[in-house]
Amino acid sequence: MAKQIDLHDVAHSELEMRSRYTTRVKACSSTACLSAGAGPVRQALEQAAEREDINSDIQVVPTGCMGMCSSGPLVRVEPRGAEPTMYADVTPDIATRIIREHVVVRKLIDEHVLDEDQPFFSRQRKIVLGNAGRIDPERIEDYVAEGGYQALAYVLSDLAPEEVVEVIDDSGLRGRGGAGYPTAKKWDMLRRAEATPKYLIANGDEGDPGAYMDRTIMEDDPHRVIEGMIIAAYATGASRGYIYVRAEYPTAVERLERSIRVARRQGLLGRNILGSDFDLQLEVRIGAGAFVCGEETALIASIEGRRGTPSLRPPYPTERGLWGQPTMVNNVETLANVPAIIANGADWFGEVGTPKSKGTKVFALAGSLVNTGLIEVPMGITLREIVFDIGGGIENDGVFKAAQSGGPSGGCLPANLLDSPVDYESLRELGSMMGSGGLVVMDDTMRMPDVARFYMEFCRDESCGKCAPCRTGTVQMHALLDRICEGVGRKRDLQHLESLCRTVRQTSLCGLGQSAPNPVVSTLDHFRHEYVDLLVPDVTYNGEAPAVPPRPEAPDPTLPTKGGAR
Amino acid sequence: MAEARTAERAAQDESHPSGDERFGLLDKTLRKTRYEQDQLIEVLHVAQDIFGHLSEDILIYLARQLRLPPSRVYGVATFYHLFSFTAPGRHSATVCMGTACFVKGAEEITQQLELTYDVRAGETTEDGELTVSTARCVGSCGLAPVVLVDGVVTSHQTVESTLANVGEVVAQESTEASA
Repeated sequence: MAKQIDLHDVAHSELEMRSRYTTRVKACSSTACLSAGAGPVRQALEQAAEREDINSDIQVVPTGCMGMCSSGPLVRVEPRGAEPTMYADVTPDIATRIIREHVVVRKLIDEHVLDEDQPFFSRQRKIVLGNAGRIDPERIEDYVAEGGYQALAYVLSDLAPEEVVEVIDDSGLRGRGGAGYPTAKKWDMLRRAEATPKYLIANGDEGDPGAYMDRTIMEDDPHRVIEGMIIAAYATGASRGYIYVRAEYPTAVERLERSIRVARRQGLLGRNILGSDFDLQLEVRIGAGAFVCGEETALIASIEGRRGTPSLRPPYPTERGLWGQPTMVNNVETLANVPAIIANGADWFGEVGTPKSKGTKVFALAGSLVNTGLIEVPMGITLREIVFDIGGGIENDGVFKAAQSGGPSGGCLPANLLDSPVDYESLRELGSMMGSGGLVVMDDTMRMPDVARFYMEFCRDESCGKCAPCRTGTVQMHALLDRICEGVGRKRDLQHLESLCRTVRQTSLCGLGQSAPNPVVSTLDHFRHEYVDLLVPDVTYNGEAPAVPPRPEAPDPTLPTKGGAR
Repeated sequence: MAEARTAERAAQDESHPSGDERFGLLDKTLRKTRYEQDQLIEVLHVAQDIFGHLSEDILIYLARQLRLPPSRVYGVATFYHLFSFTAPGRHSATVCMGTACFVKGAEEITQQLELTYDVRAGETTEDGELTVSTARCVGSCGLAPVVLVDGVVTSHQTVESTLANVGEVVAQESTEASA
């Protein structure tokens, strides 16, 4: 039997170790900051700390995402017993100065200080991202010191599986992948399934272009995902779990694999977890670039090593899933919520958010905003608060035009809907959807038909080809949008487009096809005039033929499409 | 006995019957995954890492080794975007086409790259110097628009800066080659 970790011991010695340092300097080492040059910054911090550090009381900690990616690389100085300070746009030179001036002689480098009281930070509420930017994701001790794996220990010693499901039910947690299905319902279905073995899958195939919430959770706090999975498996009776991650996220894969190995060595995975009689094996599986694999039945096919094409439901995976066995697919963010809910109770979780959509949601805030980055906000916050308080408004004093949520399955919300709350029901009523959490803000230089065409091109390329409405419908809709955007579309093209939207939505096999028309429908709802303005006026027989531009050749669908990493 | 088997394995690793030691590397992965058929995607990833791209020979080899019909291996390999069947160029320019980058003008950058190097996204120039491609989203949306030049992220790009960066790496190689 593997060695059992003593959580209290580990937490205690870790906290003691931390308290030995007078200053801890945290360097954001997330993908966004690394692309902005965080690697050399961390080196400079470490070298400077080594040079200045006579009593070795400075610790440089590489952490995950601190949130404000547009101001990266970020560095946070945390002196013992004093207020922390965050620095933005740090270069290696500034990093050296931070150690020399701030840490050693307590003189702030004012021009790079980032005010942490500004709405970008104060309006957020962090549950899932509680540890992101605060701990070293590669050290389990850091996670345990923040209370990690306590929820698991409590569940294994004090709760029966059905009681765990009950807590999740009381909390009102809903799927964070976008559709918002009640998590406890899914768990209960798998728990009641009789066939064994049962499987649990964490869906980390985040394909929405412009979204990186799940990646950040997996990279910055891998143990939180693992703990959530162990609790879910215990509650449902699953004996094997898979984390399906996009191949485009090598760091997430590496960290998850390493964390699984560490957890296994510490007796948190494998046989007799924490001395109980519960066993669970976890494994990471890598995708290979197919958006449709985010759909649960396609994801299951991909884990089986087949083409990722979806299949008809029912039977739902909870009846017949991976290798014909009962299987549950949960989004990574959903699972990451679980340890906090167990640790703090369902009521605590229910206090955040709205009566129907409880808790928080992580968004990747991008586009024409002053502040962009990763945010976690309570459900029910208004779009206006996100765009103007957290996002700081439109950059270059531009004018807000629309906010796009839900990626290629979602829709655009115009300025007059800025005060609508962000929750599952409200967004769906307005013709958009929560989606996995991509939120792209556009200013008035953007033409909405172009946006619709962009998403349709994406859906066309990503359609798996299994069902005709999606395979051919997306090609036709894209061709029609292309004509309209190029200024050679006619009224009839627009009518065709609208009727195709209805057909594809109603007759496609899976969510990809059913939601592919959403960006078109929602931009038509709110910005119809932009489409109409682009149309060629119909021929009028007043003796004078209007000048009509020539029709372009229809795109040849057999040619390799541009777009898509091939 | 066990020693003899280990020695035999070591010998196998060194020289593959095909005479191409890269197949030995591939065999190692196959053994590690216990020739499980559901590990096909993983094995294809490794094969592409080793060989640079997936040729027909490799696909047939994997089909034999995993006891899968070649149609299944071919079907899976062609389904997923990340698998490539042509050799990549010496340099690469990948334009991120995530929504954030699109909003900030990535499409124009792609078009100009395509025009300048006379290729379509996903293709390699005739001299094998440069592969121009697009990516879905590299997740650095705060730095949009983003272009990866030889895998290095360059942020807040314009058409001019991208063409300059790409031109620089391509030119570098040629001078080294001629020197």
